[in-house]
Amino acid sequence: MATQTLEAAPRAATTVSLEHFDRRLRLFNRICAGVLIAFALLWLIPLLWAVDTALKPNAETTRTTWLIDDPTLDAFGRILRDTDILNWYGATFISSAVTAIGTVLTGSLAAYALSRMRFRHRNVVFWFVLAGIMIPGQVLIVPQFREFDSVHLLNTYWAVALPQIPTAIAVFIFKQFFDGLPRDLDEAARVDGAGAFRTYRTIIMPLTRPAVAAVFIFTFVSTWNNLLWPLLVLTTPDLMTVPVGLATVQGTFGIRYADTMASAVLGAIPLVAVFLLFQRHIVQGIAGTGLKG
Amino acid sequence: MSTQTAAAARAATEPRRTGAARPAAQQTRPAIGFLAPFIVLYLLFIIGPALYGLVMSFFDTSLVKPGLAGFAGFRNYAEALRSSDFWSSLWHTMWFTILTTPPLIILAFVFALLADRVRRGRWFFRLAFFAPFILPSAVVALIWMWMYTPLLGILHVSLDKIGITAPNWLGDPNWAMVSLAITTVWWTLGFNFVLYLAGLQEIPRDLYEAAAIDGAGPWQQIRTITIPMLGRTTTLVAVLQVIASLKVFDQMYIMTSGGPNFATRSILEYVYDESFTNYRVGYASAVSMLFFLVVLAVSFVWFSIVRRQEKEV
Repeated sequence: MATQTLEAAPRAATTVSLEHFDRRLRLFNRICAGVLIAFALLWLIPLLWAVDTALKPNAETTRTTWLIDDPTLDAFGRILRDTDILNWYGATFISSAVTAIGTVLTGSLAAYALSRMRFRHRNVVFWFVLAGIMIPGQVLIVPQFREFDSVHLLNTYWAVALPQIPTAIAVFIFKQFFDGLPRDLDEAARVDGAGAFRTYRTIIMPLTRPAVAAVFIFTFVSTWNNLLWPLLVLTTPDLMTVPVGLATVQGTFGIRYADTMASAVLGAIPLVAVFLLFQRHIVQGIAGTGLKG
Repeated sequence: MSTQTAAAARAATEPRRTGAARPAAQQTRPAIGFLAPFIVLYLLFIIGPALYGLVMSFFDTSLVKPGLAGFAGFRNYAEALRSSDFWSSLWHTMWFTILTTPPLIILAFVFALLADRVRRGRWFFRLAFFAPFILPSAVVALIWMWMYTPLLGILHVSLDKIGITAPNWLGDPNWAMVSLAITTVWWTLGFNFVLYLAGLQEIPRDLYEAAAIDGAGPWQQIRTITIPMLGRTTTLVAVLQVIASLKVFDQMYIMTSGGPNFATRSILEYVYDESFTNYRVGYASAVSMLFFLVVLAVSFVWFSIVRRQEKEV
């Protein structure tokens, strides 16, 4: 806004050259838009092709064309009837929600202590937590698997959710957010006789909604999409998450391409819905944490 | 974004003022209460397994027998470093990283640059480029396996129409990794795209205004303002991308099972095979540790670059 008012003065002085410049710029911007639209359409082709295929009868998929002679929802019906996909939705939703709630709660509590409380070895604790960002989760799968095997928790929601709850980056994101909130709020609450937990719950957390939304959505989506870990710990079809279920049954479709694509589309729908609903949170979450992390 | 930074800067000066006035030891006990839920889970599921994995890497531990079994010393590590399977899977991982990183940085940068100049319809570009990123790997794999299908797949047919004979994408050992890389670029570009878009918005508009008044055309502005100002974003994107590419597993597991002829077996898939097909978890832990060292090395390179960049500013 401020730059626009500032620019008005010099523009009047150099009208001629700027007019020429504006015309050149407008042409340039139009070319940019054209190139970008072409790429965006190219990027949409795989998704559109999947939907297109899923709407064909299986027999028609061998003719590779966008046109559908006999559009039908049969493939979706078969997937819903013949696979456990409805169970997978439920199972994935439960483990993703439990993980996301756990990550937000444990992460924000720990971050509150690290941001607001004075205690001995605070820096040691902070660096200890930060070190966790360095450890790629994938190198832990073997010991984690033996751990859950030894306490007989394989094939449970616990096995999927628990190891994904402690996320060092979530603590870091919350701490950064808390550090940005004015201390006067805490002081005022303390004067009113509120303890640390009440300050956290009634003053700090309500102000932290953007960070809570970002961490919750990210944890939810990454748990939902995780393949390797749930693949190892879940072998009962009822408990499988959507990615594990899809990866497990994909071989059985053979050349029934419409069915395969219907299963892919059904697997994508919940996340496309999450994306459309929370687009802004997701994008801002990446931008904010990515650049500051 | 800018308000957050301002708030952060303000807070950086404030805590010291209020914090120093309070007696130091006072809050140790409540702090333990706040930290406990996270720290307990963190110890149980991150630090504990990391140490357990380190210990296992020195033993002949088997998946199907309880306990650590016999002490192996550095034998597992020596075996891994002598094993051609280890080196080829490490090379495949590197090859995948080399194939995916440059296009994922350059295309994301170019798309963000173009999108930054388009005033209307941002939501459409965000949808097109970012929606794939949020999909599960299994969905992405199913869609692309169908596109890569020989003879019937849309890629084969489309290329055929313009007179190009398509390769056997996933079936040819020379093409399989390239095909997985193409899929991955399509899948994950949106993440880098969003990072670059945010970086572009941080560049003050008056810099462009000033350059425009000095007569700089769009190309000059990009070369002299945009690219240098995005240096830190590029470092971040590059490192996150290299680490993400090194961790590749899902695409190979679903689309090629590491084939054809092990041509796409990544290091994590090698760990998976050794652990859960050959039951040699001791040996697999040693391979995991070596992989961890590679990731750590990349992180340290990043850290030193960022520090140098910060000194320059």
